[in-house]
Amino acid sequence: MPKLSYLKALNRALGDEMNRDPSVFVLGEDMNLALTNVTAGFLDRFGPDRVIETPLSEQGFTNFATGAAMAGRRPVIEFQIPFLLLLVFEQIANQANKFSLMSGGQHAVPVTYLMPAAGWRTGWGAQHSDQPYSIFAHMGVKTVMPATPADAYGLLTTAIRDDDPVVFFGPLASLGVREDVDFAELAPIPLGVGCVHRKGTDVTVVAIGHLVHDAIAVADELADEVSVEVFDPRTLHPFDWTGLAASLEKTGRLVVIDDANRSCGLGGEILATAAEEMRLIAPPRRVTRPDGAIVGASPELDVALQPTREQLVTAIQRVLKYGGDAA
Amino acid sequence: MTEPAQTLRDSLYRTIRLIRRFEERSIDLVKAGEIGSGIHPCIGQEAVATGVCAALDPDDIILSSHRGHGHLLAKGSDPGRVLAEMAGRVTGIDKARGGSFHPSDLSAGVYNATGTVGHGAAIAAGIAWASAKAGDGKVIVSFFGDGAVSQGALLEGFNLAALWQLPVVYVCENNGYATTLPVETAVAGTITGRGEAFGIPSRSVDGQDPEVVLAAAAEAVARARSGGGPSLIECRTYRYHGHHTFELKARLKYRDETEIAAWRERDPMDIQAARVDAGTRERIDAEIEELLDDVVRFAVDSPRPDAVDAQDYQYATGLRTRAGVADA
Repeated sequence: MPKLSYLKALNRALGDEMNRDPSVFVLGEDMNLALTNVTAGFLDRFGPDRVIETPLSEQGFTNFATGAAMAGRRPVIEFQIPFLLLLVFEQIANQANKFSLMSGGQHAVPVTYLMPAAGWRTGWGAQHSDQPYSIFAHMGVKTVMPATPADAYGLLTTAIRDDDPVVFFGPLASLGVREDVDFAELAPIPLGVGCVHRKGTDVTVVAIGHLVHDAIAVADELADEVSVEVFDPRTLHPFDWTGLAASLEKTGRLVVIDDANRSCGLGGEILATAAEEMRLIAPPRRVTRPDGAIVGASPELDVALQPTREQLVTAIQRVLKYGGDAA
Repeated sequence: MTEPAQTLRDSLYRTIRLIRRFEERSIDLVKAGEIGSGIHPCIGQEAVATGVCAALDPDDIILSSHRGHGHLLAKGSDPGRVLAEMAGRVTGIDKARGGSFHPSDLSAGVYNATGTVGHGAAIAAGIAWASAKAGDGKVIVSFFGDGAVSQGALLEGFNLAALWQLPVVYVCENNGYATTLPVETAVAGTITGRGEAFGIPSRSVDGQDPEVVLAAAAEAVARARSGGGPSLIECRTYRYHGHHTFELKARLKYRDETEIAAWRERDPMDIQAARVDAGTRERIDAEIEELLDDVVRFAVDSPRPDAVDAQDYQYATGLRTRAGVADA
């Protein structure tokens, strides 16, 4: 089977949707040169009416996309830097995401906000290394963060077809991930449906974004001593609570690994919901960033503040101390 | 300026009179507790909405502001459904989800009134871009106040509209105050200068005379429709009432009575009334009183929404999120 990379999956999904639906167009900065490679070849394929290079005017072009969506188009905005999503947080969370409500259902605003390189990158500084997905989920904006190429293809396709605004986080650390795929089987993946990448019976590890791959590696590493189930929510809002409950029904133990700040992060919400509503035989744990910023200027300092496989191993061992026979 | 036909003059008077009396009846309903949110009355500014919308076709699109009732009525929204919306009734144009502040009425081409001041400018550019690409010939009007001209997002909208020569008409209703802040203490340079900086043809006109506003709007609409790109019209106007009906109680002292009295000397309803014969005026006035009796009755008698429907329309796809308590 051919290999598909995450980055190529984004390119393929967006290109397929633009082929299928003439209302889909893409806009963003440095689009004509396809700087991020997500839109590589698109200017020639689709022309300048559907591949729109914008000025450095994020608030303006995010509102512009809202207007185009109200008028029947399906804009996909590509952002190069995670913090730009904070600059346009108001335009997404308070405007685009509320016009259906405020119009009593007259408006739909089907915009996809594609962030193809979220998270830390070596030496790019404290302002370029965030993963602000939790705050979009907090505000009720549909938010996806697939970990694998096939999921990236399927969820970007779904995001573009969805009638509401959807923020798509593609973690930088996943962009180079490649997997064997049958191109004929690439298909939309519904929002709010998680995926068990590895079955297990002792502990459920919920991993988000690129950390899914770390969680799978840790599960393999610990396979002789503990049976780890790796649950990837894929969509952060709406979250697959049913899928998580089913996993915990088996394992009763929960660890979350989440590359976001600790306070008010998605990891905290997952723990709280599991504690309130699901079967737990051990106090749950989470591995996150600390509150505050990743340094971003020196790899030694940067990595020291990011969730690690070692921390995940320790957290798994701690939850195994509870609940009797499993450990 | 050539004189408009008498039927148009009568029609402009009728619209101004309708907006004026609608707002006065609305304030009564605020005082009576029927409109719990309060409102931002546009009394004194009626000529702007009236003149601009008279230059538009029914299929053209407007984006309103927080002071938007006049825009809705001038664009042809059903007054009963507008008032019902303001009063939070299910028969309202937005089924009680938009209120006085955030109205949309697609049936009349009113797309929205975003509460984030000035941000409609780029939304309008996006609608205009889609219209231009579709070749449907629509013109998009974005209304905003003098407070919006200090917002970067407004200027980003100007830039995109001018860069891509989009069919937008930007209408600044300069009523002299951003809530309580006088425009001369807030705006460096001029309002029209902001448009000119982007190469947008920009005019400042008397916003109290609906025929002056109409003439300026007609020119801008013709430019937009013929592919000539955006325009900016600053309409110099005034609101007689407070920024919001909370001022009925707050009694803020940011302007004096002589200033208000001076502007009342150039009242838009009086200006247009002088162009309409007395008999016609009396007939129009009587028709509006009768209409508004029905409008108020319709709004007040309409049912309030059911609390179980509070999550309806949150998402266009009908997604229902989980409840705020675990065992609901």
